[in-house]
Amino acid sequence: MQLTLEFGGGLELLCDSVKIHDVSVDPENGAGTLIMKDLLSWVRSNLIKERPEMFMKGDTVRPGVLVLVNDCDWELSGQLDTPLEEKDVVVFISTLHGG
Amino acid sequence: MASTTTESSRILHEIETLKSARSDLDRRISSLESQLRDLNHHQNNGVSHAPSASVSTLDSTFPHGLSPDMIYRYSRHLLLPSFGVQAQSRLLKSSILVVGAGGLGSPALMYLAACGAGRLGIVDHDVVELNNMHRQIIHTEAYIGRSKVESAAATCHSINSTVQIVEHKEALRTSNALEIFSKYDIIVDATDNAPSRYMISDCCVVLGKPLVSGAAVGLEGQLTVYNYNGGPCYRCLFPTPPPTTACQRCSDSGVLGVVPGIIGCLQALEAIKIASAVGEPLSGRMLLFDALAARIRTVKIRGRSLQCEVCGENSKFKAAQFQEFDYEKFTQSPLSTSPLRLKLLEPHSRISAKEYSDRLRNGESHVLLDVRPEHHFKIVSLPNSLNVPLASLDGRLEEVGLALKEEEHKQGSDSSSGDVQLYVVCRRGNDSQRAVKALQEKGFTSAKDIIGGLEGWAREVDPTYPAY
Repeated sequence: MQLTLEFGGGLELLCDSVKIHDVSVDPENGAGTLIMKDLLSWVRSNLIKERPEMFMKGDTVRPGVLVLVNDCDWELSGQLDTPLEEKDVVVFISTLHGG
Repeated sequence: MASTTTESSRILHEIETLKSARSDLDRRISSLESQLRDLNHHQNNGVSHAPSASVSTLDSTFPHGLSPDMIYRYSRHLLLPSFGVQAQSRLLKSSILVVGAGGLGSPALMYLAACGAGRLGIVDHDVVELNNMHRQIIHTEAYIGRSKVESAAATCHSINSTVQIVEHKEALRTSNALEIFSKYDIIVDATDNAPSRYMISDCCVVLGKPLVSGAAVGLEGQLTVYNYNGGPCYRCLFPTPPPTTACQRCSDSGVLGVVPGIIGCLQALEAIKIASAVGEPLSGRMLLFDALAARIRTVKIRGRSLQCEVCGENSKFKAAQFQEFDYEKFTQSPLSTSPLRLKLLEPHSRISAKEYSDRLRNGESHVLLDVRPEHHFKIVSLPNSLNVPLASLDGRLEEVGLALKEEEHKQGSDSSSGDVQLYVVCRRGNDSQRAVKALQEKGFTSAKDIIGGLEGWAREVDPTYPAY
């Protein structure tokens, strides 16, 4: 499944400062659907190069990280259970505090 | 050498004298200008009264309450069909509080003063510094060392003397926030730290005030409106504070000046929309700005959470709870932006910058390890220091060992006494302690950090050493 993943608000520093990643992720065990929970663990093992604790806490993202699936807060689509489809755009963004 | 020092101190003195004279002149000019404005105002009124009763239209007040001066000043707003007299009148009656007169607050305040917000409050406890000037455009060099609130108020007044400016020269705390906020219709969060953001949002919920929240670091900015018309509050989105290591600050991570400028302008826009009841405020949505990619995207965020501890259905969070809430403890970070001063090491593992300079002068054999990131090292560094950033120290221990051996070799030839020392320096003396700790665990037991880092060096040894 082709997905576009974007990292912002400083999270890109965890993946070699690359913000946009066009990736191909396939559901494990031949299951038909890929959900956000699967994608998170894929990201953690394939894209995050340093300090994984800055990205995840337990099996979800750490506090202060917003997850957007096709420009929409994942809270509105089922969080970890959000199903993903071909060509979806998933954004991980750390909230900023400075000014 | 001595004569150069005398010469430079003479020049510095002269600069100071001239600056002080200039700020006196500035004050006199602005006082005279204001006198002149008053005189003109009276004169105009006099003229308007002079003609016969047949042309006395100017005497009567228009139903919208805008004076002739106001009509002229805000004419471009009044000419906008979607804004017009009604929106401008609402704006003129509104009161807006901007918390923070920094990178975000500068343009926000300037536009809010210019557009005719009725009453404009400014909260800040800081003073203007030279390293603010690249982004905090409301301040001028003449105000360096003086209160940001005074400086911002002076600029706002010089843009629009008809706006009432209220100066709150104090740090925002749970003890004064309720009282200050209660005097305003709309709150603008232009602060720079996590505890302030939680405190401001909670206070807005307790008092039922809409909050225009902006943030900017590096080359990115974020903007949204909280607690507006049944929309989410800051805690609905971020119920748990982030780890302190995830809270980047402009003073550590840097910021391109124009980035908070853009977000601050957008904050002014959202405040104007709410005050004038025009358009759709950015509630339930968040604007994300990426300066490098020149991209702005607006995303849909969750609505108000019924379970929210502060604005949720069964919340017991009221004024009393707010006043007792410890925001610094909750977020594990200080409300003020004073830099962190860690104390990780025993005294025998540390030396002062002054002592290091003495040892340097005595020709002590040593290696100086600078653990700042490479782009910091490029700004300024001490002579003969080896740059191994803290983040990559673990994988580059061999280089440190090699440098020590090389130094030992040099020393061996003139066979003086003692081991080669290992000193670690960084910008402020925090990372150097972390590095020493890591080095000691890896067998470099004699490693010592230089207390206060390069800032300590500038303070104790060389006052002309560049600060950044």
